[in-house]
Amino acid sequence: MAAGNPFAIALELILERDPVLLGIVGLSLQVSLTAVAIAALLGLPLGAAIALFRFPGRGIAVAGLNALMGLPPVVAGLMVYLLLSRAGPLGSWGLLFTPTAMVIAQTLLVLPIIAALSRQVVEDLWEEYREQLQSLGSSRLRAIPTLLWDARFSLVTGVLAGFGRASAEVGAVLIVGGNIDGVTRVMTTAIALETSRGDLPLALALGIVLLLLVMLVNATAYLIGEQAKRRLG
Amino acid sequence: MNDLSRPDALLPLRVSALGFRHRGQSLLDGVEFTLGPVGRTILLGPNGAGKSLLMRLCHGLLTPTSGRIDWSLGGASVAFLRRRQAMVFQRPVLLRRGALANVRHALSLQGVGRAEGKRRAEDALERFGLSPLARRPARVLSGGEQQRLALARAWALRPEILFLDEPTSALDPAATKSVEDAVLDFHRAGTRVVMSTHDLGQARRLADDVLFLCGGRLLEQTPATTFFEQPQSPEAAAFLRGDLVW
Repeated sequence: MAAGNPFAIALELILERDPVLLGIVGLSLQVSLTAVAIAALLGLPLGAAIALFRFPGRGIAVAGLNALMGLPPVVAGLMVYLLLSRAGPLGSWGLLFTPTAMVIAQTLLVLPIIAALSRQVVEDLWEEYREQLQSLGSSRLRAIPTLLWDARFSLVTGVLAGFGRASAEVGAVLIVGGNIDGVTRVMTTAIALETSRGDLPLALALGIVLLLLVMLVNATAYLIGEQAKRRLG
Repeated sequence: MNDLSRPDALLPLRVSALGFRHRGQSLLDGVEFTLGPVGRTILLGPNGAGKSLLMRLCHGLLTPTSGRIDWSLGGASVAFLRRRQAMVFQRPVLLRRGALANVRHALSLQGVGRAEGKRRAEDALERFGLSPLARRPARVLSGGEQQRLALARAWALRPEILFLDEPTSALDPAATKSVEDAVLDFHRAGTRVVMSTHDLGQARRLADDVLFLCGGRLLEQTPATTFFEQPQSPEAAAFLRGDLVW
């Protein structure tokens, strides 16, 4: 390993677009974006349905969803591990230690965040829109797409928060992915490993990229919100 | 719109012994009246008399706790009946999309096809002078423009009866005038109009007959000229003098 300031080497790795670095960043994005996309596809309508329909056990569903927002990543990882391990119910699929397993675990982490936010936002909006939509002849089921579309800017913020959580967590992907070099090694697991091995430049370079990514996501969420308020009232 | 010869006409509307209780409190009690197929009925009465509540019950947004609301067309579902009615609220609720898209959304909810919906929505905006604002986000329009858009949306639905709940209470005189003009347009097109207001001048300008509510009871259903010259109940006389009644 080259001697010198680890910061300088880290910047060099980024600027030279080091292939190892790029591979890790690419896999991270692929896993987290896929997980967030699946979680949004399921979570947005799920949250809206819980907001609009009255059914037995609804209170428990809402409380459970809110509690799951704080699901520790290692616990999510453990659950998926038990499902996918050889002895587990889905062991025959052979998914453990693959990027697919990581996507499943992260989807589990992000889904409650998106669904809980969707529930809250859609419920507030329904309060405001209910009479008008019912007057226009909308059923509750038909109101779901209308409300999700009208809440789109608040919901984007939630989806981006979900992406923030997925890309920053280390416990779940470590357990179900195994941090295998070139196969399931993502930014967070690589940072943990390289730091413990003493390869600070690579860890730092990944840390900088991760930090920039998270800041970019948050800035985007903020700007979208502001823009929407100004343009659409 | 209204065609008296239609066998499936919505009107007349017969309301009998209508009552509504909420949390043990009686908000409306023993209300009886009939609305014929034509005309403009103005609901008058002090705050809390039950004017908004009565319109919501007739429109099917709330379910009465006692009594009946019978449209001429018996046996049809609430949803089906509501499709032939429209309601304009005190504060219009508009979707976060363009003005034209708001009207088109309402039409698509009623199962109107895309091409037909576009044409009817554009016609409605045109009629209410909103064509230049068709692409403008509805939520950033002025209060008067928003209420006009709500009226255009109701117009596009071609209702047989239109309920208006104090539609001008938050508007300036010019915007109020345009709402009153719109009410006349609906009336001329044959739509039955039922509207509540706190503006007695407006009531005199628009009313064919008056329903006077006070404390959850219907005290009068009187032709407008009679009501304003010789109110039948002491409460209405006091209300018209500007005394406090409740």
